[in-house]
Amino acid sequence: MESLKLIKRINDIPGDDVEYFAPGHRLCAGCGAPQLIRTVLKAIPDPKVVVNATGCVEVATTVYPYTSWRVNWVHNAFENAAATASGIEATFEVLEKKYGKKKPHIIVLGGDGGTFDIGLQSLSGAIERGHDFVYICYDNEAYMNTGIQRSAATPRGAWTTTTPSGRVIPGKPERKKDLIGIAVANGALYAATANPAFPVDLYNKILKADAVKGPAVIHYYSPCPTGWHMDPAKSIEAARLAVRTRVFPLYEYYEGKYRLTFDVKKPVPLEEYIKLQGRFRHLLKPENKWRLDQLKKDIEENWNRIVRLTQI
Amino acid sequence: MSKKLKGWREIPIGGIILEPGSSALYKTGSWRAIKPVIDLDKCKGCLICWIHCPEPAIRQITVSGELKVEIDYDYCKGCGICANVCPFKAIDMVPETG
Amino acid sequence: MAQTMVKNSKLVGMNGDEAVAFAAKQANVDAVVAFPITPQTIIVERLSEYIFNGELEAAFIPVESEHSALSACIGAALTGGRVFTATASQGLALMYEILYIASSMRLPIVMALGNRAFSGPINIHCSHDDAYAARDAGWMSFFAENVQEAYDLIFPAFKITENKDVLLPAIVNLDAFILTHSVEGLYVFDDKVIPEFLPQKEPHDAIDFENPKTYGPFALFDYYMEIKRQQEAAMETARPIIKKVLDEYSEFSGRKYSPIKTYMIDDAEAAVMVLGSMAGTMRVFAKKAREAGKKVGVISLTQYRPFPVEELRKVVKGLKAIAVMDRSVSFGSPGAQLYMDVSTALYNMRERPLIYNVVYGLGGRELPIADIEKIFDDVLQVAKDGEVKKEIVWMGLRE
Repeated sequence: MESLKLIKRINDIPGDDVEYFAPGHRLCAGCGAPQLIRTVLKAIPDPKVVVNATGCVEVATTVYPYTSWRVNWVHNAFENAAATASGIEATFEVLEKKYGKKKPHIIVLGGDGGTFDIGLQSLSGAIERGHDFVYICYDNEAYMNTGIQRSAATPRGAWTTTTPSGRVIPGKPERKKDLIGIAVANGALYAATANPAFPVDLYNKILKADAVKGPAVIHYYSPCPTGWHMDPAKSIEAARLAVRTRVFPLYEYYEGKYRLTFDVKKPVPLEEYIKLQGRFRHLLKPENKWRLDQLKKDIEENWNRIVRLTQI
Repeated sequence: MSKKLKGWREIPIGGIILEPGSSALYKTGSWRAIKPVIDLDKCKGCLICWIHCPEPAIRQITVSGELKVEIDYDYCKGCGICANVCPFKAIDMVPETG
Repeated sequence: MAQTMVKNSKLVGMNGDEAVAFAAKQANVDAVVAFPITPQTIIVERLSEYIFNGELEAAFIPVESEHSALSACIGAALTGGRVFTATASQGLALMYEILYIASSMRLPIVMALGNRAFSGPINIHCSHDDAYAARDAGWMSFFAENVQEAYDLIFPAFKITENKDVLLPAIVNLDAFILTHSVEGLYVFDDKVIPEFLPQKEPHDAIDFENPKTYGPFALFDYYMEIKRQQEAAMETARPIIKKVLDEYSEFSGRKYSPIKTYMIDDAEAAVMVLGSMAGTMRVFAKKAREAGKKVGVISLTQYRPFPVEELRKVVKGLKAIAVMDRSVSFGSPGAQLYMDVSTALYNMRERPLIYNVVYGLGGRELPIADIEKIFDDVLQVAKDGEVKKEIVWMGLRE
């Protein structure tokens, strides 16, 4: 870790001559996922293989016969990216010893659906077995590819097609699952949250995740203009507000210690964040204040919990 | 543009795509209703728009020895992120007339 | 050559699971990925012993479910390594979606399947439900009828699946407990002669860092059908290749292997058709029936997928009736699975035997001797009568 060449400025990020992600993909205008993909493919050296779960990224970037990937890229099914990556990783480990083949860096990409829910088992198993990979969940906070249905990553109160902002139940009743906690409990050697509005932090976290010899998990906040009913131009603005309102704290876990990588001493009022997004608009109605308060409580408790962890 | 599609004997087996980055053949620039226009005098080459662009449709260029950026209109979907994030207000979103 | 090969073998006692594991070790697999399920557990336990003791250099991935097992096999196969897995029953059912994906990605994988009944109720004994469940998924499928065959078939299975004109994954079936857990005598080769038949795997289309590829894309209605046609073409291409490799293996081992096995069929009036360990039993009683002057024979398949249509049509010429025995049920269907396969294969022949279906042995149910003998008598009766009075008969059932 000490020898890692962490960067300080966006200009330090490798330029257009190191671009492994081709345009022409079908991801929505303003989607937060491509920035993650571009960044991870610039940060992690060759040779590398990407294993991608079914979801927005997989479907939109590989419409046969077009592919946006300029690296070896594998898609299997929805819930098994981590298992597929395990097979690649463990076998290359042996092939290196047996036949001298070069073992690649392994990057696993899954949406919140393929990570928090249907993919949780295979992720848990892969981490527990200690495979060497960087798992990145691009979290757009719902099953976006199938039409914006709720996932365990959907924040409390959010409208989705399966948690509509109804008269009786206004938005999702349940709170968001803690992916970093799950990753650490399963034995991840490095775990961190990341956000596109903090591109240098994102890049450096990827470097650290790749450097550990074992499972590393990055939880990436991925703005979704389509699913959040948001102006696409506001993607990065919303991402920055997510951090500044403490909705999405930026922190990392390594060698038993938690560290806030961006402290928010005075949080911006949550209303600044939710008013940008149609999925939260109903929370501004007086009759739904109780749901908004629940969401605020989630955010406060989550923040306090993380701060306590950093003090251990 | 109608192209004769290949038969089952002509495509690689297993659904494998052999040509990396072939999506570049699909010009998503036709998607946009508004487009970014960069004022190169205001552009300071901070690269903030460049890193956030989802396509990517922003290229780093050198203008009189200075680092700046340009839009690749073949792929720009007109999302407006670049104009929104530019700290120098160097990018304007204007209606697409093409 | 056969004489030399037999010289390089020794007679040992092993159960089916141990024999399969031993073969996989000798095949020098690069990855063993499996989740335990009765009756396959011993296969994976043995392989883990070989690996942990340094007798086999392979990745041992103790996945957390069968779905992850086959998923990891796909990853492992993409590296270009030789991949082996094993499962049964519910495990196969759990990995069902991945079966189709593995075959569509044209990956050489060999799976040993300890044929066990599907739940419910939960039953750990022999039915062919799992073997049949996989029959549409694009996997080749071979049946072992004794422990020697369970050992033997692993080597040609690897050779066929890795053939650059085939590249379809393969299942080797062995009956739960009857073969998996029963110790039989078998000849095993010396480690050093195996590479003469099965050399190191060629990495077709494997992950290559000089030429990066996209594997497993999203295909719409404009390409999906062509990719499926390619898989069927591979099944078609596999037929002569399977025959050739089985011939090579017969030469190599001194033991005869072919897509279809026939016993006393030449002048038979009627025959039974059966898969798996029951075949040997039926042959014993066919011989007994012959001694009583009854002209019966036995047909069994080593190659189940691709279904050996042409070979079967040749073999049934002259027969007046066949009792097709199925160790499974396809509820609500015109008959059980093998019966449906055979009916379709024979339907368009201008002259063909009468056929009917015998459902037997579900969940490990033994077929009493009296019932076995009755099957032969019944099929002869059908041949005599010239008509099938009951199309589907359940034998060994308490009514």
